[in-house]
Amino acid sequence: MLVLLAVFGITALLVPFLARRLNSRVFLASALVPAAAFVHTVAQGPAVLAGDAVVETVEWIPQLGLAFATRLDVLSWVLTLIVTGVGALVLVYCWRYFQHVTDGLPRFSGFLLAFAGSMYGLVVVDDVYLLYVMWEATTVFSYLLVGHYSDRRASRVAALKALLVTTLGGLAMLVGLVILAVDAGTSRLSELVAAPPNGPLVPLAVILVLVGAVSKSALVPFHFWLPGAMAAPTPVSAYLHAAAMVKAGVYLVARLAPGFADSPGWRETIVVLGVLTMLVGGWRAIREWDLKLVLAYGTVAQLGFLTLLAGYGTRETMLAALALLVAHALFKSTLFLVVGIIDHKLGTRDLRKLSGVGRSSKALATISALAVASMAGLPPMVGFVAKEGALTAFLDDAATGRPWGAVALVGIVAGSVLTVAYSLRFFWGAFWSKPGVESSRVRATVWFLGPPAVLAVAGLVAGFAAPLLDSAFALVADELPAAAEKDYHLALWHGFETALWLSIVTIALGVGVFAVRHPLSSLQERFAGRITADGVYAATSRGVDRSAARTTAFIQRGSLPVYLGVILLVLVAAGGTALALSRRLPDDIRLWDYPAQAVIAVIMMVAAVAAARSAKRFQAAVLVGVTGTGLAALFAFHGAPDLALTQVLVEIVTLVAFVLVLRVLPAQLGTKHGSVFKRGRAIIAGLVGTLMALVAVVAVGIRTAEPVSVEYPRLAVEEGHGLNIVNVTLVDIRGWDTLGELSVLIVAATGIASLLFVGGRQDDLPTAREARPDAVVDRVQPRRRRDADNDDQRAWLLAGRTLAPRQRSILLEVVVRLVFHALVVLSVYLLFAGHNAPGGGFAGGLVAGLALVARYLAGGRHELVIAAPANAGKLLGLGLVIAGGTAAVPLLFGADALTSVYLSGDLPVLGHLSFTTSSIFDIGVYLVVVGLMLDVLRSLGGEIDRQQEEEVPSEVATHPGQAEVTK
Amino acid sequence: MTVSLVLLVAMAVLYACGVYLLLEKSMTRVLLGVLLLGNATNLLILLISGEPGLAPIMTDGVEESEIADPLPQALVLTAIVITFAVSAFLLALIYRSWRLAAEDDLEVDEEDVAIGTRDTNVDEPDLEELATATDFDPVDEDEEQRQARSST
Repeated sequence: MLVLLAVFGITALLVPFLARRLNSRVFLASALVPAAAFVHTVAQGPAVLAGDAVVETVEWIPQLGLAFATRLDVLSWVLTLIVTGVGALVLVYCWRYFQHVTDGLPRFSGFLLAFAGSMYGLVVVDDVYLLYVMWEATTVFSYLLVGHYSDRRASRVAALKALLVTTLGGLAMLVGLVILAVDAGTSRLSELVAAPPNGPLVPLAVILVLVGAVSKSALVPFHFWLPGAMAAPTPVSAYLHAAAMVKAGVYLVARLAPGFADSPGWRETIVVLGVLTMLVGGWRAIREWDLKLVLAYGTVAQLGFLTLLAGYGTRETMLAALALLVAHALFKSTLFLVVGIIDHKLGTRDLRKLSGVGRSSKALATISALAVASMAGLPPMVGFVAKEGALTAFLDDAATGRPWGAVALVGIVAGSVLTVAYSLRFFWGAFWSKPGVESSRVRATVWFLGPPAVLAVAGLVAGFAAPLLDSAFALVADELPAAAEKDYHLALWHGFETALWLSIVTIALGVGVFAVRHPLSSLQERFAGRITADGVYAATSRGVDRSAARTTAFIQRGSLPVYLGVILLVLVAAGGTALALSRRLPDDIRLWDYPAQAVIAVIMMVAAVAAARSAKRFQAAVLVGVTGTGLAALFAFHGAPDLALTQVLVEIVTLVAFVLVLRVLPAQLGTKHGSVFKRGRAIIAGLVGTLMALVAVVAVGIRTAEPVSVEYPRLAVEEGHGLNIVNVTLVDIRGWDTLGELSVLIVAATGIASLLFVGGRQDDLPTAREARPDAVVDRVQPRRRRDADNDDQRAWLLAGRTLAPRQRSILLEVVVRLVFHALVVLSVYLLFAGHNAPGGGFAGGLVAGLALVARYLAGGRHELVIAAPANAGKLLGLGLVIAGGTAAVPLLFGADALTSVYLSGDLPVLGHLSFTTSSIFDIGVYLVVVGLMLDVLRSLGGEIDRQQEEEVPSEVATHPGQAEVTK
Repeated sequence: MTVSLVLLVAMAVLYACGVYLLLEKSMTRVLLGVLLLGNATNLLILLISGEPGLAPIMTDGVEESEIADPLPQALVLTAIVITFAVSAFLLALIYRSWRLAAEDDLEVDEEDVAIGTRDTNVDEPDLEELATATDFDPVDEDEEQRQARSST
């Protein structure tokens, strides 16, 4: 069964490609799949009918009890035969139906087969979660199939309606199934039914599951989606809306009835909704003019009938339910296929325009007559057998004194009268010769007629085979208590008993209703309900749309501060509530850990408040830098030298980056609009600050478990071969985090470069030599232009050639040249020493970056190119490749990713050397940080220089480094 | 565990000032707010990471029980560098905005406002519409067969 499911899936994917070549013949090919499933199911017959369910299980996540479990018992077997058998016939029918159609055919053929597959899955799976997945799969494919004519609005609206209604029910059902599965401790459907859970939530869960079944099977109040779904191509209606999908709800009800029929609310719901649906559907069916709508409302009525029988919960009703299930699938799909033929040939389904069709095609009329007879419950069709069974079942049940049995009996008698009436109306409408209407002729080929003919004849055969059906269905029905003392058996002839008389009465009354159809329909027109389920749906969906629009209009103000304010207020409200409920507090709150802490904290607070009030850009940036530096001091006192080192370095480079950008902006802040909502912002700020203080207090209070880092010292020293635990954590123990961080750095660096280098990245182009044609150079030093080539390589201070004299500081240039190499050496030292002492790739990279900053500030962007003749993008990429490679290479040797290897040995001259492969990872980190720094300098430094020069070509642009120094 | 009050207050003040700046319209102030929030968050992690101790570098004579917790330090180290990268990116954004619009302020997004005021009325098609919709134009079987014959 699982193999077949897979075959369905794969073929559904392949069929669209075949369809391009084969056109409508593709349906013949795809019919093979359900046909094979049908044959397979038939072959399982002997075992299943002997009472042994065929079970297949493939474990999926055993820890969660999830498995691909299928189970074919008699109920599943019957439904599988319907689903696959009718499916194969409908696909054959599609071959003729879509013969001259090519638009959308590949898509359609794939969806139809996929639907057949999910329907097959739905009836064979034994796991509630799998059941839900299949259930929703049929919903989705139904949406795609109903909306096949996507250029018609009616089609799209109908498809969406069906989707929304059935998904809503499906979600309710999922909640119910989850509750049941959790309560019972198993997700197997068979085990759930065999040993129903009895927790306090179970009745609610059962009702929720019923909501799903009722919406899927189009019962009142969800019945309105089914007539709308008639916008689908007729074969889809024949398959989905007669034989298969709408039966899913009935199937689920029948499946659960043995376990839950006596659950509170179940029987009442089933009877009330079933009877109402039967009456509403029948009433509407006798006033529709479109043949498909007559059938659709008839289907609604029959689904009510079916659900009533399947869910009522006695042996007799279940027998009748299964008989009716088979009967309905056979006759209703026959009739849809017949309508399809008429529509195909005549281009109309309006029964007011059809006349004389029966005379022109005797075969079509005969086929329909058989199906209509079954629908109306005339002997010797299987429909009659089912109706007899239903009447007897409720007669017996009402005789035991159960009031709901009597209600159901009255309901189905009334419903059957309407059924007879609309059956006649259908036959009359489709085939009768009507006076005053132009006669139409229909001639269909054998292949077109074949599928409905097979289905109609099957209905006849099944009628005669009632004893066989009885022995099979009894296996399902026997799980339910019998209402009558004597065992009831499905049969064509039970003698002259009450049910037969009732049956005759319904037929007679039905003919009567049909006879007065003209006065009746004008009566119906007059009393057509003002409030319809459809109207309620439309109003609801309009209401949802409108309130969504209003909410959006209210929230969507387009202002970032407003959005952030709302987000922060939600944070305060939600976080505050959670914190208020927490009763865990720290053992002790002391004033400070060490006196210096107080001094640092006060400085940080003053700086932060001053930064918030500052009206000058540089001032504010420096004040924020003070808080960062204070933080570095706190790190140092806390016992975190690595953090202190990194924080200080980052403060410096951040300030540099600020200077580089802010030099082009006005010094005064908020000159244009000024500060707004000062009070509101202050309130939100105060709330967030208080909230975070509470977070800290509670977070400290709830730290009672042992920290995860307890093992880190041992891991670092023994496995990582490094003494600096923080560094080993970064490059080894939690290397994945670092790898993720490197990606963030690369993204940020690339973002910076792409914001500045708008016309493509040119940062690897200019060398000092190429840069010389610059306006600045030419103008400032025209004299040296000619012989510049010669001293290019020898020059020590290069800025002279590219910077205007008044921007140069010889002293600075000399100092920078002198310390540059020392800084680079220091950065490399930090990189390698980091494993055992403070330092590491981050700190090393930042120091190297600072060295480059110094070169740039002293000598300008051209000097930067000489100092770091590498492409920043390539450095970033290389760094990531090295770090990622170190992480991935161990995989090639069968080890886990990021496994490090330690090498040590004595070498001549150099002495004892040791090396860990995680140092290579750190080299990657180093390169990425240097690349980031280089990108920042090239973009925010060099490129802004260039753009400024372009903007003011007549004036030499101010150079930030010089400006700072000369101040 | 215990918590230091001055650090707690400093952290709250940093958060408050950060939020105050974050809600500004000037992009430079927003960036400064982000930086303050970053510092405040690092301080929060420091605060809840446990007692101060020796540097977590296991040279001779350092006992495991004496060192400060190394894991939060690794996390904060990552955060420091990322904050730098993000603020550099924001600086680039500010520069770009200044270049294009000579504007350091966050403007109201007109598109956002337009979404809120869009008309969402959809009227339902009637079932009657379906009755007239057919899958096909009339096809004459004889015509069909004639065509089939003529094509072969």
